[in-house]
Amino acid sequence: MRVTAAIAISVFRESVRDKVLYNLVFFAMLLTASSYLIGQLTAGQDVKIIKDLGLSATSLFGLFIAVFIGIGLVSKEVERRSIYSLLAKPITRGQLVLGKYCGLTLTLAVNIGVMALALYAVLAYMTWGLSAEARLVWETAPLDPALMKAVLLIFFELMLVTALALFFSTFSSPMLSAALTFGLYIVGHFSGDLRNFQQVVDSPAAARFARGLYWVLPNLAQFDVKNDVVHGVHVPVGYLAMTGAYAAVYIAMLLAISMLVFSRRDFK
Amino acid sequence: MIGRSPGAVVATIGVVGVLLAAAVQLQAARERVYPQARETEQSLYLRSGIALRRMTGAYNALAADLYWIRAIQYYGGTKQRLDALGAVRPGSAPLAPAADAYPLLYPLLDIATTLDPRFNIAYRFGAIYLAESYPRGANRPDLAITLLEKGLRERPDKWEYMEDIGFVHYWFRHDFRAAADWFKRASDVPGAPWWLRSMSATTLAQGGDRQSSRAMWTAIRQSAELEWLRNDADRRLLQLQALDVMDQLQSAITSYAQRSGVQPDWQALVSARVLRGMPLDPTGTPFELSDGRVHLSTSSPLWPLPEEPAVAVQPPS
Repeated sequence: MRVTAAIAISVFRESVRDKVLYNLVFFAMLLTASSYLIGQLTAGQDVKIIKDLGLSATSLFGLFIAVFIGIGLVSKEVERRSIYSLLAKPITRGQLVLGKYCGLTLTLAVNIGVMALALYAVLAYMTWGLSAEARLVWETAPLDPALMKAVLLIFFELMLVTALALFFSTFSSPMLSAALTFGLYIVGHFSGDLRNFQQVVDSPAAARFARGLYWVLPNLAQFDVKNDVVHGVHVPVGYLAMTGAYAAVYIAMLLAISMLVFSRRDFK
Repeated sequence: MIGRSPGAVVATIGVVGVLLAAAVQLQAARERVYPQARETEQSLYLRSGIALRRMTGAYNALAADLYWIRAIQYYGGTKQRLDALGAVRPGSAPLAPAADAYPLLYPLLDIATTLDPRFNIAYRFGAIYLAESYPRGANRPDLAITLLEKGLRERPDKWEYMEDIGFVHYWFRHDFRAAADWFKRASDVPGAPWWLRSMSATTLAQGGDRQSSRAMWTAIRQSAELEWLRNDADRRLLQLQALDVMDQLQSAITSYAQRSGVQPDWQALVSARVLRGMPLDPTGTPFELSDGRVHLSTSSPLWPLPEEPAVAVQPPS
């Protein structure tokens, strides 16, 4: 456990050294500039649009971090040949994979936490001093705590995407890993179509195959409640718990396969 | 050339500044010599909201926001362009229909609401500016109703959309029976304001008369959540006030003409002490008088005035 934590912290430090957290500056600038511009353009919908923009940017920036750092976690060590010195230490390959994963998850948690704070800060700034009449237009309170439900599910989703990127990087090149991870991310958001495939094909075998894929592939659409929280639609805690449990189980499965593949990989 | 010493850094910044200034000057010079066309053809490459919904995946709310901003910009830009082209001609007949004045307004709002089916403001904006008469709107009440009905399919309990459909039937189609039906439906929704029920009854009994129109706009103004909805209601109320003033003026002018046997101008009416001075509409713009008829000036913010039905609706037997 201590070994895994040490690897995780070293991955986090490396991402800080690699200036990954610079994206936060960009995020803050994007939101601040948008809050001014959007107020001029949107006919009273500035708060809604800042929420949409903040949550989408959190998700998108997190996705790029998860994929582009996730695919390099293992392959960079192999390319730099530092894997040999690492494996010479009293570290199992499983601990290495798990530690790398936890480190990137920590980076994502810090990123997403700071982005959520920045979003709330911009929303507070935008709504500070507004009249009661101007507040009538809002469907939900600007500083609605329910936004955190969307942020939490974005984090769960990115944890799953990180596990996917790490899994692919244990056996393929960084380019291929990125392509496969992005591919699965897109498929994961449309997997609901696979479930209803029998409505568009006549072949029962193809429909069964598609339905099988629906259950096997990660269903990422369930993590997207951004639109619901922005419009004040209630997202039950039970939904969060079940979606979180799904993510945990799927991540555990991916990490187990990653550890297995990595433990059998020959670096000669 | 680019070194690490402070002098080199300053020199590099200076060179970058000079080059940037040169680029700006070159662009300005090119625009002076080869000016860009003021009008750029508006186009919408992707018209299927469902296809866009697929393409934007987890980011369709953000895409909806972009289409909403584009709809606002498109409406404002087109209106400005129409004004600049002289769509508002002095003395022209009001309400000249121009079905293609805002051809992209409905597709843009349709896409925005397909990407985000709960985009409340897009439906309500469409209710006003799709139905509004040319040149302030697309003159398409049918599309306004289509958009609002789409919103109702998503949120069947949204009484505001039913109220808006009723208002489009009332104000733009003069179909007071349909308007009363929609106000009644809206009033049946739990949480709807009490005055919708009385508005339904008034519309059916006296639909089209100014008093019921005034009552409708006053109620809409009081319940409006958005500033531009309130402003629009204020404008409608001022239009009704202008119509009242015009009726009084017309009556005075007609009786003067009958007495004197000549069609007067404003000066003659003031000299004859029929009027105290040049008559102004509620925004302070002078009324116009030609061939013995009073007109609202096309330069008035209240132009064009609403068409009034010839006969008010008959109450049901």
